[in-house]
Amino acid sequence: MAAPIDLHAVSDREREERFRTRWRVKACGSTACLSAGAGATIQAIEDMVEREDMQLEVQVIPTGCMGLCSAGPLMRMMRRGGEETDYQKVTPELAREIVRSHVLNEEPLPEHQLDTTMPFFTSQERIVLANGGVINPDRIESYVAHGGYSALEKALTTMKPKAVIEEMRTAGIRGRGGAGYPVASKWSLLAAAGGDTKYVVANGDEGDPGAYMDRTIMEDDPHRVIEGIAIAAYATGASDAYIYVRAEYPRAIERLDRAIRVARRNRLLGRKILDTKFSLNVEIRIGAGAFVCGEETALMASIEGRRGTPRLRPPYPTEAGLWGNPTMINNVETLANVAPIINNGGEWFASIGTPKSTGTKVFALAGDINNTGLIEVPMGTPLREIVEEIGGGVPNGGTFKAAQTGGPSGGCIPSKFLDTPVDYESLRELGSIMGSGGLIVMDDGVSMPEVAKFFMEFSMDESCGKCTPCRAGTVQMHNILQRIVDGNGTRQDLRDLEHLCTVVRDTSLCGLGQAAPNPVLSTLQYFRSEYEALLAKEVAHG
Amino acid sequence: MDRRPTVTVHFDGVEHDAFVGESVLECARRVGVAIPSLCFLEGISVWGGCRICVVEVAEDHRLRPACATTCVADMEIKTETPRLRAYRKSVLELLFAEGNHVCAVCVSNGACELQDMAVQCGMDHVRYDAQAPKRQIDASHPKYVFDPNRCILCTRCVRVCDEIEGAHVWDISYRGESAHLVTELSKPWGDSLSCTWCGKCVAVCPTGSLSYHGRAVGEMEHDPAMIKRLAVARSRHEWLYPEEAK
Repeated sequence: MAAPIDLHAVSDREREERFRTRWRVKACGSTACLSAGAGATIQAIEDMVEREDMQLEVQVIPTGCMGLCSAGPLMRMMRRGGEETDYQKVTPELAREIVRSHVLNEEPLPEHQLDTTMPFFTSQERIVLANGGVINPDRIESYVAHGGYSALEKALTTMKPKAVIEEMRTAGIRGRGGAGYPVASKWSLLAAAGGDTKYVVANGDEGDPGAYMDRTIMEDDPHRVIEGIAIAAYATGASDAYIYVRAEYPRAIERLDRAIRVARRNRLLGRKILDTKFSLNVEIRIGAGAFVCGEETALMASIEGRRGTPRLRPPYPTEAGLWGNPTMINNVETLANVAPIINNGGEWFASIGTPKSTGTKVFALAGDINNTGLIEVPMGTPLREIVEEIGGGVPNGGTFKAAQTGGPSGGCIPSKFLDTPVDYESLRELGSIMGSGGLIVMDDGVSMPEVAKFFMEFSMDESCGKCTPCRAGTVQMHNILQRIVDGNGTRQDLRDLEHLCTVVRDTSLCGLGQAAPNPVLSTLQYFRSEYEALLAKEVAHG
Repeated sequence: MDRRPTVTVHFDGVEHDAFVGESVLECARRVGVAIPSLCFLEGISVWGGCRICVVEVAEDHRLRPACATTCVADMEIKTETPRLRAYRKSVLELLFAEGNHVCAVCVSNGACELQDMAVQCGMDHVRYDAQAPKRQIDASHPKYVFDPNRCILCTRCVRVCDEIEGAHVWDISYRGESAHLVTELSKPWGDSLSCTWCGKCVAVCPTGSLSYHGRAVGEMEHDPAMIKRLAVARSRHEWLYPEEAK
């Protein structure tokens, strides 16, 4: 058996490497920037460096998401000693020009620079995304140099499993998948469960339209997820773990796969991790394109190789999960918070956010907003700050109408509640949910019945078909919404729709069906007049 | 005399003894409280998909399927409330709107559990749009006919074929409104090599979806109770008919 990785030596070596060249160019290689052409940009910079023979002057580092996806591809020039300049919308031509003028002629190009003093960057607090745009996700050395795996080492060598769970309890962290169940309680349930085989599962089956928090975490910081899983498994006595990733995230799968192999080679996974008694086997399981597989019982069925449909609870997964063994399912973002909590202590984490919703939350800002991209803010940040300051407000002179959170399971928050702090309880009170972190901003040009119809169509398409209310109810609700949107709806339609909403909400089997009416209920609550305005003029029978 | 330990539960305010581990539906059937149900069948595993048997549990007023809820001590179960009646009716209406349930031309008219349930729950009309699906009938099997237009996806056939017969000919394909039953990885039933012609799936079908060849309107009667007899006999290791055993 090879010797385990020497974290300190690797970290020192990697830090020295930083000073090897006068310039370091960090280019965002995350999915959003790649789809904006970052692949060609990175290639252009590398070619240029080679052609001009500047390998000793410049190192090019592809990194994860820098955040402001709407300004991509992004690029950061870092001079030895600290000076940093960010460029936006970097085409291959511009990249060559930047390298030429910035590096060779020492002349920055201010007209293409990105203002990093804007609130989008300064109002964020990045814990989960701390390594985004900083490390090279494909190199474990890069992660280790930024404190990677020190939390695992600390937990394994200085903490008892119980102490790890206590630290999570002090942190007060709640599940980031949407429901907000206290993480420490879940971990203790698994720790208390009997049996020789216990499983930890990372849920990376992110499916809400417009949400890509988990994808970014898995792509940009795969080792962070693995470290979180390893600590969770150590704390709960699990010996096996799965990362369940949807098939639509090929890059996340590729990077996680590479990260797992590298971690195993370095004795950070596998048998006798870091020469302790703790062993853990981690494998990836790939989804087959069903939204419902994010629901934990359906996810387990899918891992077992069966049809991905939910089953009745109880028994809960911590009692009888994968192949009947105790199993704990945590969201990827939850697991990404574990290493910082262990490193900095639960009290530090609890000091961020609100007393009942601690820490930060990553949101995917989308829709009618100037700065779209990934943001991470402390829990309890007012929605107004997210929309107006970080998001830069509504573009093209439009006015804010509503923000949609929680995807097809969530609801809309109208402008009169813009000052609501974004935390689990406040959002629930307004008839929406935190969800996994999709945040879609809508301006006054958006028709709310259309929004409700869009999400109902999504739920209808993604219903697994097991229970009647969700399978047939979503179809009927969609029919009625279609009629209303087309201007053919009647008052009776509206009554039927409201009744169906309660039937589907109260009688469906799993969370997908129970939450499917939420977009309709919340838009009806705040924008009922829009529905009524669309109703057909009823002809009086006489 | 059954000597299993019991707990006390209340059905609509009336006290009853439930065996530990017994489901609400089993207990209700045993003590004579009527709870409508469709996908549930004694002798095979619980599916919990039809949502007809939902009951209200007093502690949080949440609805739970009686078939999949275990009795616990001092449980206050409501089986008949205006809300439950309205919901059951709606779920039945959804089922009727989803397929082509035209009783007048159905082989099982008069002997159909879906029809009985509609009568029992007072469902006298369907508010929702008929989805009027056009699904291909499979009459390729020499003995049986499968009409997916009358299927309500209760999966009794899937479960009985897998758990009692051990053949697993049936399964569900696709999802949501496109979900439908398939025989042997979507081959015609007649081409199936795993089907043993045992007819258990036909016996348990609650509607006219599975029937014998050559049955006319109202001529197809099913025998779902057969499965319970089989399951009980197996648990007692009674492998032969009583007269053969002598």
